[in-house]
Amino acid sequence: MKRYILARLAIVPFLLFGIVTVAFIISRLIPADPLTSIVGERAMGNPEVIAAAKSKWGLDKSVPEQYWAYLSNLVRGDLGTSFRTKNSVVSDLAERIPATLELAVTAMIIGGVGGVLLGKFSARRKDRPADHAARVFALVGSSLPVFWTGLAALFLLYARLGVFPGPGRLPSRVDPPPQVTGFYTIDALLDGDVSLFWQCLARLILPAAVLGWAIMGSISRLVRASMLDEMHSDYVRTARAKGLRERAVMRGHVLRNALLPVLTIVGFSFATLLTGAVLTETIFEWNGVGSYAVAATRNLDYPAINAVCLFGGVVFLLSNLATDLLYALADPKVRLT
Amino acid sequence: MTVSVTTSGSGMSAQRVSRIKAVGGLLRHPAIAFGVMISAAWLVVVLTVHWWAPYDPYESVGERLRSPNGDHWFGTDALGRDVFTRVLYGARQSLPISVAVIACALLIGGLLGAVAGYFGKRVDTVVMRLVDVTMAFPPILLAMAVAAALGPGLRNGFIAMVVVWWPIYARLLRAQVMAMKHKEHVEAAVSIGATRSRILRRHVLPLSFTGVMVNATVDLGQVVLLTASLSFLGLGALPPAPEWGAMITEGAKNFYQWWIALAPGLAMVTVVLGINFLGDGLRDVLDVKVASK
Repeated sequence: MKRYILARLAIVPFLLFGIVTVAFIISRLIPADPLTSIVGERAMGNPEVIAAAKSKWGLDKSVPEQYWAYLSNLVRGDLGTSFRTKNSVVSDLAERIPATLELAVTAMIIGGVGGVLLGKFSARRKDRPADHAARVFALVGSSLPVFWTGLAALFLLYARLGVFPGPGRLPSRVDPPPQVTGFYTIDALLDGDVSLFWQCLARLILPAAVLGWAIMGSISRLVRASMLDEMHSDYVRTARAKGLRERAVMRGHVLRNALLPVLTIVGFSFATLLTGAVLTETIFEWNGVGSYAVAATRNLDYPAINAVCLFGGVVFLLSNLATDLLYALADPKVRLT
Repeated sequence: MTVSVTTSGSGMSAQRVSRIKAVGGLLRHPAIAFGVMISAAWLVVVLTVHWWAPYDPYESVGERLRSPNGDHWFGTDALGRDVFTRVLYGARQSLPISVAVIACALLIGGLLGAVAGYFGKRVDTVVMRLVDVTMAFPPILLAMAVAAALGPGLRNGFIAMVVVWWPIYARLLRAQVMAMKHKEHVEAAVSIGATRSRILRRHVLPLSFTGVMVNATVDLGQVVLLTASLSFLGLGALPPAPEWGAMITEGAKNFYQWWIALAPGLAMVTVVLGINFLGDGLRDVLDVKVASK
């Protein structure tokens, strides 16, 4: 066990280095001349402007030198300046990470709770029509492209029925609450502004539900399968034989043990969510890392593309690591293969 | 319902009979039957759409932005093109490319994984570290970055997706080969002096076939979604190509003309749902573990 955890941790630095290198290679593969996006089309005829921009961004050096400069800047926490926003990429990201996290966490709650309830519902009605309906509902969620579900939800629930507010994190002409956590809902509450809290929550629910539905399928599938496994085990039969009510057996015995493997998929889904946010944010005009990534790729803004790749890689790395370690803790049978 | 994996020895005809029986048994599973039906219907569309589609997918054939009516079942788009026709032709963009992505990823990744698993040692280390690093990125971000680096277009989107997907099959095949390496029939082959490449080809790879096919089916739906996602973000198919993701982008631009995005969305749902039903059913019936991405 200890060996497994140590071995798992030992490859983290290697993976980090790999992520950093791949992000660099990808960002340098971009064929379009980044100069055009820095100095603008009109100044491209002016050699002085171009020379100045080249030396400022280190574009006049060889690729290995650029790589070295990139690494040493990275160690100092400097990822360069976005060609598009002209801000430091790190501060751009720092500004947008809470927005994406707020969306992803809410979606995780919706998808996780929904998935567990749905899986439990299915398992108790195995092979009956209700079970099939629940499974189809979950499967449809993971078969839909989130950008289409988002569009459909906006059209129906906002444009037609007016049940939900439109896209965006805030109503127009409303200032965000003073920043504490960066989650608008929580910050509004901390500020004591309850009406703002409801407004932010209403805008959060729709994109989060769209994203949550997309991950519900894999969770409910796992819950169903692992509950069915547990339901036929000896200790459950004993519990029933003791005369425990079905409800108590389900909650106290079956669900409790069945959720162990589910815990581990949650970490994994979280990483999927953060990336699924790329598409959801585009539809819902959500000012997070996802829409930043899309804008960066559209403008060939390579410091930003590089930073987004790094961010995604590190988040993915950490959540996979957490998942593996959780799994090892939950299931002593896991050994390093 | 069990599917026997025929190993060797029995005559060819007996093998074929048991295989046909196995396929018939699979079709009795409702999810699989449903999935096969939908997939077959879309396959027919891909192959024959040019004979019976009502209009030309690239030509303006009516008034712009007309809502659905008798002439245009799913309306017309901002350029007056028939949405229904474009969606049908869209199957020709998304489906072949998704199958090709899986096939290429399987070929490249599977080969590397099998070799890594079979030969072990240094080959294994190099391949698996490459797998680790590639898989360390969230798929869509990596695909976006690669597609942006190569420039938009369906061909580059295809390359980007193969880059994202090969490690899955490398892992899968490596695990399968490693599990198989110490089976008795392989040891027997070694002891009669068969070469390593022959053992890999004749005695190891054929037995991983079921697991690989189930995984590939489950992944196919994901790749269809990823293809559309890239196009939706402007990194895949370029206008005027009738690609589903790109059509949904057009629909998002004409938000109140809901019919433009409706049809491509419905098409994708049926395709992906059909494939997922098939994959899920096969996974249940054949009891195959699926590597998740």
